[in-house]
Amino acid sequence: MKILLKNLTAINPEQNLQEKNIDILLSDGKIAEFAHNLDYDEKNVRIIDLSGKQVVPGFIDIHVHLREPGREDEETIETGCKAAAFGGFTAVACMPNTEPAIDSAEVVDFIKNRSKNNIVDVYPVAAATVGRKGEFLSPMLELKEAGAVAFSDDGVAIKTASILKRAMEYAKMIDLPIIEHCEDESLSFGSMNEGINSTLFGLPPLPSVSEDLIVMRDILMAQYTGARVHIAHISSANAIKMVREAKSKNINVTAEVTPHHFTLTDDALKTYDTNLKMNPPLRSQKDIKEILDALKDGTIDCIASDHAPHSTEEKELEFDYAPNGIVGLETSVGLSLTELFHKKILSLDEIILKYSINPRKVLNLKIPAFKVGEKAEFTILDLDEVWTVNKEKFFSKSKNTPFDKRLFTGKAIGVCNNGKLLLNGEIVF
Amino acid sequence: MPLSNRHLLGMQNVPKEDIQLILDTANTFKEILERPIKRVPTLQGKTVVNLFYENSTRTRISFELAEKRLSADAVNFSVSTSSVSKGESLKDTVKNIEAMKVDMIVIRHSVAGTPLMLTKLCDSNIINAGDGLHEHPTQALLDLYTIREKVGKLDNLKVCIVGDIAHSRVALSNIFALKTMGAKVSVCGPSTMIPKQIEDLGVDVIYSIDEAIQENDVLNVLRIQLERKAREYFPSIREYIKYFGINSQRLEKNKKDILILHPGPINRGVELSSDVADGPYQVILQQVTNGVAIRMAVLYLLGTLN
Repeated sequence: MKILLKNLTAINPEQNLQEKNIDILLSDGKIAEFAHNLDYDEKNVRIIDLSGKQVVPGFIDIHVHLREPGREDEETIETGCKAAAFGGFTAVACMPNTEPAIDSAEVVDFIKNRSKNNIVDVYPVAAATVGRKGEFLSPMLELKEAGAVAFSDDGVAIKTASILKRAMEYAKMIDLPIIEHCEDESLSFGSMNEGINSTLFGLPPLPSVSEDLIVMRDILMAQYTGARVHIAHISSANAIKMVREAKSKNINVTAEVTPHHFTLTDDALKTYDTNLKMNPPLRSQKDIKEILDALKDGTIDCIASDHAPHSTEEKELEFDYAPNGIVGLETSVGLSLTELFHKKILSLDEIILKYSINPRKVLNLKIPAFKVGEKAEFTILDLDEVWTVNKEKFFSKSKNTPFDKRLFTGKAIGVCNNGKLLLNGEIVF
Repeated sequence: MPLSNRHLLGMQNVPKEDIQLILDTANTFKEILERPIKRVPTLQGKTVVNLFYENSTRTRISFELAEKRLSADAVNFSVSTSSVSKGESLKDTVKNIEAMKVDMIVIRHSVAGTPLMLTKLCDSNIINAGDGLHEHPTQALLDLYTIREKVGKLDNLKVCIVGDIAHSRVALSNIFALKTMGAKVSVCGPSTMIPKQIEDLGVDVIYSIDEAIQENDVLNVLRIQLERKAREYFPSIREYIKYFGINSQRLEKNKKDILILHPGPINRGVELSSDVADGPYQVILQQVTNGVAIRMAVLYLLGTLN
């Protein structure tokens, strides 16, 4: 069956494209036609009018935890992909802190097989060291051949400067980035950001300098080795300033931020809600200001959710005992459109850069283009739809979000990829 | 006039009127404690569970005595003797306790925020007997009561809290309660033991114990944890004693008239020398006595709210 999507505004900053009233004919997973006023009266063409909606290159979330293999009770590749698709993503990059860790070609193959023919492409990020233990390099060449797109010991930083140096040198040989969770282990025994609020709430503090130290270490090592480093979930104002300066010196560093780090501060922790416990922890208003500036000036390249599903039982524990992290795939785009686009922090072009273009550049992935004959991989946005988050309706297996019942303006209403189209909550084909 | 909140989770945001009411009510109970028969029927038929997830002798005994002297049925639940060691979650434990029809829960827990969590899990009145590094409200109330009893006022009084402020729940509760009652509060201790941005609470930070003695009417001296982990915060006990320990020469050199409190248990020879711990300025055992009266007042005021 062919599908004709009518009256879209097509935007792709990578192609310098911004056209109203575009019709797209989809056939065999490809863009068969891309023009104004396409008319078909053939019986086998289904026509869908999408006036007022935007079509943009498929969004990718380059920092998610799919929990499979190991914690299939919290998320599986299937449920995680479903959450991604309904959240507006055509691709995700999944982190290696599974059980076993993604540190062998077999585990990469397993993930690739599990996600085959899915509307969402899954790109495994492999462990930089065996078992993420920081002792021996993972088999990076083999991992790349199996399909790994980057290396990270996410959950922790690569343990020592010496193994980091070798990991960077080795990864540089195959031009893949090292993605770093920046946290100095010797400072990481707290459960919230250190500051007036940790003093007030009596929770053990986790100082932002813990993040800054490793960001600085990694920047210096990237400079020294010439390798590429991508800073995951940056949250501290100081760390952001370091990235900005490093970029001005042409050091190969990129950075991502999560939507919760630019929408919430540690003030919220007065409720001791464990759905506000994450690592890095929620920081201060001063940090948010720096994040917003950095999103605008390009210091922060990507927005990624750090989707971290946890069971209700685990999150119902006492604050210090509850695990870190929140789910984000189904709230990320809504939060960014509400908090960044509608509040005029970022233009729509800039949103597309953060969600689609820049993350693919970080991972060396092909950027979807609106061209006849190209694979159809796009996200459809309704910038004005007002909707309320309902965690009970999440496709993710886990419901650990602090954004339940929050009102959003703007939504990803559809995605198209791998010959499949999801639109307005329904699978069209 | 009743208390404005049906739980006592901390001293932050507890209004002056409530503190006044608790202190005044404690006066009545203190009189009862002086009588030959130290028991009133006020909370007869009420059941109070002392849910202690952390070791505590004096706070638990103080609460238990207060409950018994009000004729409440008191039940102790301690971590070592309970199903917690079998891996039951706090939620299940609380649900089970609630199912046994209790009226009040006194909780101590090493994780901050757990008493607040309990208020969402059950309908009982919750009293915080110490949560993590957060608050220990009845300790602050008994400290205030003792100060008021000895000095006659709290307004404009200068009080310094001395020692490991960062790892103390007594400090924060004292700061909130004292400031609400109009006292001027400062803290004194090694800089590694002063929590971040505490000045933002309107508290002066002093690093000289001599200055703390000279400038204040009252010193509330906290216990220094001597185990290995806490020891990472200062170089040696010797250095602590030399620069932050309080002994009678130091008191006499700086000032004569001062009131010294300590929540106990004391490390004799560390934060307080023995001659000070037993000397004329301290009111440490009065604090213990007043602790029972204060806890009776809190239990009574909360237990008769509904």
